[in-house]
Amino acid sequence: MSGSLILSIVTFIYGLAGFLYICAWIFRKQIFGRIATWVALVGLSGNTAGILVRWVESYQLGIGHAPFSNLYESLVFFALVIVLIYLIIERKIQNRIIGAFTIPIACLVMAYASLKPGITSAIQPLIPALKSNWLIAHVITCFIGYAAFALAFGVSAMYLMKKGRDDEPITWTKIVNPLILFVFAALFSRVLFISNWLVATLIAIPICLGFYAIVYLVRNLPAESKAKLLDRFPDTRILDELGYQLILLGFLFLSIGIITGAVWANSAWGRYWGWDPKETWSLITWFVYATLLHARLMRGWHGKRIAFLSMIGFAAVLFTYFGVNLLPGLHSYGSF
Amino acid sequence: MTKQAINSDPFRKIWDFFSSVKLTVVLLLTLALTSIIGTLIPQNESPQAYLKAFGAFLYRFFDVLGFFDLYHSWWFQALMLLLALNVLVCSIDRLSATWRIIFPERPKFNLSRFRRLEPKEEFTKNGPAEALQKPYHAIISRKFRYCRVEKTDSGYAIFGEKGRWTRIGVYIVHLSIICMLVGGVIGSILGFEGFVNLAPGEGSQQIQLRNRNQVLKLDFTIRCDDFKVRFYPSGAPEEFRSSLSIIEGDEVVKTRDIIVNDPLRYKGISIYQASYGQLPARQQDIQLPDEFTLVFTSKTTGKIYRTKAKIGQKIEIGEGLGNFIVNEFKTSYNFRGQDLGVTFFGTLHQSDGAEVDVVLPIQFPSFDKMGPIFNKMRKDDVVISISDIKAEPAEIRYYTGLQVSSDPGVWVVYTGFILIIAGCFVTFFMSHRQICVCVDILESGKKCRIMITGSANKNKLGNEQKLKSIAQILSDESLDLG
Repeated sequence: MSGSLILSIVTFIYGLAGFLYICAWIFRKQIFGRIATWVALVGLSGNTAGILVRWVESYQLGIGHAPFSNLYESLVFFALVIVLIYLIIERKIQNRIIGAFTIPIACLVMAYASLKPGITSAIQPLIPALKSNWLIAHVITCFIGYAAFALAFGVSAMYLMKKGRDDEPITWTKIVNPLILFVFAALFSRVLFISNWLVATLIAIPICLGFYAIVYLVRNLPAESKAKLLDRFPDTRILDELGYQLILLGFLFLSIGIITGAVWANSAWGRYWGWDPKETWSLITWFVYATLLHARLMRGWHGKRIAFLSMIGFAAVLFTYFGVNLLPGLHSYGSF
Repeated sequence: MTKQAINSDPFRKIWDFFSSVKLTVVLLLTLALTSIIGTLIPQNESPQAYLKAFGAFLYRFFDVLGFFDLYHSWWFQALMLLLALNVLVCSIDRLSATWRIIFPERPKFNLSRFRRLEPKEEFTKNGPAEALQKPYHAIISRKFRYCRVEKTDSGYAIFGEKGRWTRIGVYIVHLSIICMLVGGVIGSILGFEGFVNLAPGEGSQQIQLRNRNQVLKLDFTIRCDDFKVRFYPSGAPEEFRSSLSIIEGDEVVKTRDIIVNDPLRYKGISIYQASYGQLPARQQDIQLPDEFTLVFTSKTTGKIYRTKAKIGQKIEIGEGLGNFIVNEFKTSYNFRGQDLGVTFFGTLHQSDGAEVDVVLPIQFPSFDKMGPIFNKMRKDDVVISISDIKAEPAEIRYYTGLQVSSDPGVWVVYTGFILIIAGCFVTFFMSHRQICVCVDILESGKKCRIMITGSANKNKLGNEQKLKSIAQILSDESLDLG
């Protein structure tokens, strides 16, 4: 069985796991959750196997290299790390609801890798600049960082759902929210799916409306069923701390990722920093999370504010990953 | 009065300004936002390209703001400088205030503070309190580097702590930022970045500096002895390899092959395989067939005459249009700044007796239609072209593109890299933890109550779990006998 076939199957396994996690959350049945964990574990093994098979296949093709060389391979690895870190968290805090918010992310990542036209799942030979051991270190550390930020995003979303509007209303977020939502919806539909700005902007409108419709529905849910949905979320204190720990992990690995990239650039082109758009955007992401850390540690920001900042940070991560391909620059290997 | 005097001290004011975390947050966000501009506008392109893209007004505006080389503009560098000062002043400010707390001669434990701490683990045990002291002390000192027992009013307390030094982790991170910035400055002042293109067999002592219209003379000559490119079947390059020699005076001091990701280093200067390109073909590389076909188109009758010809052979055109001789060919022909490739040159004897030169680039068969426009002597009665000829060189020759640079600051930057990884790890995942195990004697020594509390400067949730597991060990039944 070829590596990309295994990985296509894994997409569905993750989908099933995500579905089961959501069932376990909504119908409050332990058994769904337990099956979901096993399904996620099967998916994780399949994901790992798929990557390893690709590695072997590349050697059979005579162009042997580690499977971290293009957008498809990086997305597949991204999904793997998301699921791996999630399962560790599940074991540690003994709560499966987080799975309903994170495993679907992994499924979407895999589906995007397989389905988006223009992303090739073929194994390609390496161009000279990529022939370096730094490639492996750079990609692995970057994607551990990205995955941690993705999970922090999921946990922040849970925090905001649980906290709702009942505590500390922050005026600036009320004004900025719809605006940021719209800009990001437009940006990401443009970056991920559509090759035309106008269509992307038009599509952003229903996305925003849909989002607010869901928010409205959730707010007007009968208090009883709302409580039922939310009462088994981990405690807000735990969500807050967990999101923060994930951001710490992500920040450390983002830093290592930037550094390995810099050392590699220095061995390939004789400069460790060249301000090309990808480098610059990774630095912007780093600045955003550095701001978050300082706000939390030195100015005592907690809860909602940190959750919002974490979501902005993740938007910067996504732009670093996908959006940069719209901009001119050197880092074109991971593009489509 | 004195307080006001202190506040109006200008030095103090500046110091306070630079030691505020608000400034850090503002600077980080400003740097993040302004950096975006530089990713939207391509950097360091030619003024013409910018003028075309933005128009005169925006071009002037962006140029004044330095948007075309944003990351080297004075205001961006000023922001970085401010950040460096901010980091430095903050660190000195806080470190000098907390140094005594971080490194006291003898750690102090405040018993009443520990008694008030939440959450706490409590349980009672049968037996005398003294019997527990030895095993408890052993357990705590195994888990905590520093451990001591103190008598209390109602029994004794065992204090333990570890990781006090981890409080300097954040200062290591800050130091690393300074290191990277200083390294960057050293590199930009003392280093250089240039490039040189060499054909195989060619050598050069001079390199062109990047982004500056300047040439730098090296202490040695770089000679390219050989250059090879290998391609994948798809046409993408697989490897390009230059064999280089470094020559000082007349002596070859170093010879080495370089490929991408594997540079040659000599006297602090690194030579990288950066790119390659095609050289124009040489005369002797081009193999032409002996015979070729000349095509004459008569303007008056519209008839086309095809004739086989050789170089130097006189051809009668017919219709009384005169005769034509091809004299020679060249591998390149410069026409108004453009290379038209392999070109034949001939002489036309016109019917009016005049001799005119005719240029026949083989890639542009209709080039001669413009002949009468360029040459007033030329009669506009015949168009000449050449066909049935391919002039591809026997082999394509490439030049190697070498990046030549020197950066004495790179090791300072790398030190910063190592420090930031170590510093972040310590700051994020290690904490200064204290524990207090209070043993209070109950019922005149037959029973005792044990209370365990602790504190950590980071990851409080994790610390609570650790306290719980220690409480589990301490409440273990088997310890009673000890």
